[in-house]
Amino acid sequence: MKKFNSLRSIPAYLPIVNIDTDMIIPKQFLKTIKRTGLGKNLFFEIRYDNDGKKINNFILNQEPYNKSNILITGKNFGCGSSREHAPWALLDFGITCIISSSYADIFYNNCFKNGILPIVLEEEKIKELSEYSKRKQEISIDLEGEKIFFGNKEIKFEIDSFKKKCLLEGLDDIALSLKKTEKISSFEKNLKNQKPWIFND
Amino acid sequence: MPLTLYDKIWNEHVVNQQEDGTALLFVDRHLIHEVTSPQAFEGIRNSKRKVRQPKLTLAVADHNVPTTNRSKGISDKDSKIQVDTLAENCKEFGIQLFGMNDKRQGIVHIIGPEQGFTQPGTIIVCGDSHTATHGAFGSLAFGIGTSEVEHVLATQTLIQKKAKNFRINVNGNLPLGVTSKDVILQIIGKIGTAGGTGYVIEYAGSLISSLSVEQRMTVCNMSIEGGARAGLIEPDQKIFDYLKNKPMSPKNENWDKAIDFWKSLKTDSDASFDKEKSLNAEEIKPMVTWGTSPQDVITIDEKIPNPENEKDIDKKNSIERSLKYMGLKPDTFIKNIKIDKVFIGSCTNGRIEDLREVAKILKDKKKASHVSAMVVPGSGLVKEQAEQEGLDKIFIESGFEWREPGCSMCLAMNADKLKPEERCASTSNRNFEGRQGRGGRTHLVSPGMAAAAAISGNFDDVRKYQN
Repeated sequence: MKKFNSLRSIPAYLPIVNIDTDMIIPKQFLKTIKRTGLGKNLFFEIRYDNDGKKINNFILNQEPYNKSNILITGKNFGCGSSREHAPWALLDFGITCIISSSYADIFYNNCFKNGILPIVLEEEKIKELSEYSKRKQEISIDLEGEKIFFGNKEIKFEIDSFKKKCLLEGLDDIALSLKKTEKISSFEKNLKNQKPWIFND
Repeated sequence: MPLTLYDKIWNEHVVNQQEDGTALLFVDRHLIHEVTSPQAFEGIRNSKRKVRQPKLTLAVADHNVPTTNRSKGISDKDSKIQVDTLAENCKEFGIQLFGMNDKRQGIVHIIGPEQGFTQPGTIIVCGDSHTATHGAFGSLAFGIGTSEVEHVLATQTLIQKKAKNFRINVNGNLPLGVTSKDVILQIIGKIGTAGGTGYVIEYAGSLISSLSVEQRMTVCNMSIEGGARAGLIEPDQKIFDYLKNKPMSPKNENWDKAIDFWKSLKTDSDASFDKEKSLNAEEIKPMVTWGTSPQDVITIDEKIPNPENEKDIDKKNSIERSLKYMGLKPDTFIKNIKIDKVFIGSCTNGRIEDLREVAKILKDKKKASHVSAMVVPGSGLVKEQAEQEGLDKIFIESGFEWREPGCSMCLAMNADKLKPEERCASTSNRNFEGRQGRGGRTHLVSPGMAAAAAISGNFDDVRKYQN
């Protein structure tokens, strides 16, 4: 997984609440067996019209936001389906940081598996940043210091220390868990004694 | 310290308590399907890892499969690749698969319970957000992403942070014609689509205990629509009777040992919950969603909301956006809204009791001529049972199509979908924009309400069809 440390980009603001993962990447694109190539179909139904032409007033179709790496958006982002295709599509488009006041649980976890930083801020701070995004000026994200810098201001954010470490070091959590193989084996052995039916033995 | 059922299941599964506050949890049951597993297997292969416990994993193709005649295979090229890839991966890693032509094939959350793969007190995961369905058996069941699917395949564990406890009590009896689907829609309407975020919900109370096993599954199934990753119910005799003699249920002396353990799976009477909510079942009415979020619910007697009455600007914008997408005018009675399609099926309402409910209402009646309607059974076994009971004949007689099992028009990954602006009374779980097809307009209802809408051609009160 690619490491995440700091990021500078002009943020794009998408003012919709409860954006679900069907909206982020509709089902017709879930038929892939790969993780890549989904960026062009990100937000497909609100980004393209029925003829497949880009809808001009959609934020990610506009210069300079079409190159944004940061997406500011409404609360409960990523609700609905567990599809990891949603963070894959965001990542493939180039978005590696999302700023919202809340996220759906599965989506939030999925972000960290893909080197995407989902920042949680209070609604007031979101308003301030979204206003600033209209200036089309870069803001910067410092994960180590847990800060967002814009203009001459800064906003502090908080993040779980384990999740932060995974992003900073680009950790493969399967490799970390495999280091606990002995513990897993002993758990299984005990389970076989206590609840033999689990293994259908 | 008094514990909740969730606390107890959690504690029993901790392989390693990690310093950062997370825990490595053992996974007893892993369900996989064709859409969210290919990249996980690719990861396993690329890193030269193995599947740790192939026997604790069960696979089925459900999202992409056609619901029409299957003898010629899958015509959509990408769908076929995905379904074939699942078969190849299962073969390579020694995982049991119910293929498309196996009569045990069906929606992943329907076949788990049907086979007895789903059991009380277990941790069950699947790369699918409706995994909470299995919580009806008193298991901790939740949806995971594909990276986590890979983690489970490789280690039979997951890294998790403990959620908070939320109990929803529903007491009393449901009025005639009101079902567990209306109960969960009402709950989501009350707590909101993010009301359960960060919590595991335990459904309790006299109404919940009185529900059948299948009705409980409908309630737990939609926990994710209230933001909760998992929802569960204390297992009782109904659950044990349901599981007895299922193909993968414990056998012989293991059955007795399992029953002893399952009977201990109860929330302590003095356990405390971080959040609690109570509903009176007597006050619940048949529900219909009007908008593009499952929280947008009204009763069959009510009108479409007016955004002008909403003070919160975000909510006002959201209502306006939904009404525009749904092609609805504020203050219209929902009963006056005409429908084009009816979909009966999905992991929410594709089980035999759901089909019986629909057949009871459709018997000796025809669907409205402008409506096209279909029933998609949740599994091959549900299909077989329905045909044995002659339900298929009632559906066909009424003008419904009787299809092969799968997820079908719940998410429209196969050929079953709505055309732009088509309006559907659907027994599924999501009314998101484009969910059942681009521009399609979904209204979530109970199976009985869907049948009533099919007959009337507009939303109608199922209670008038109760004798």
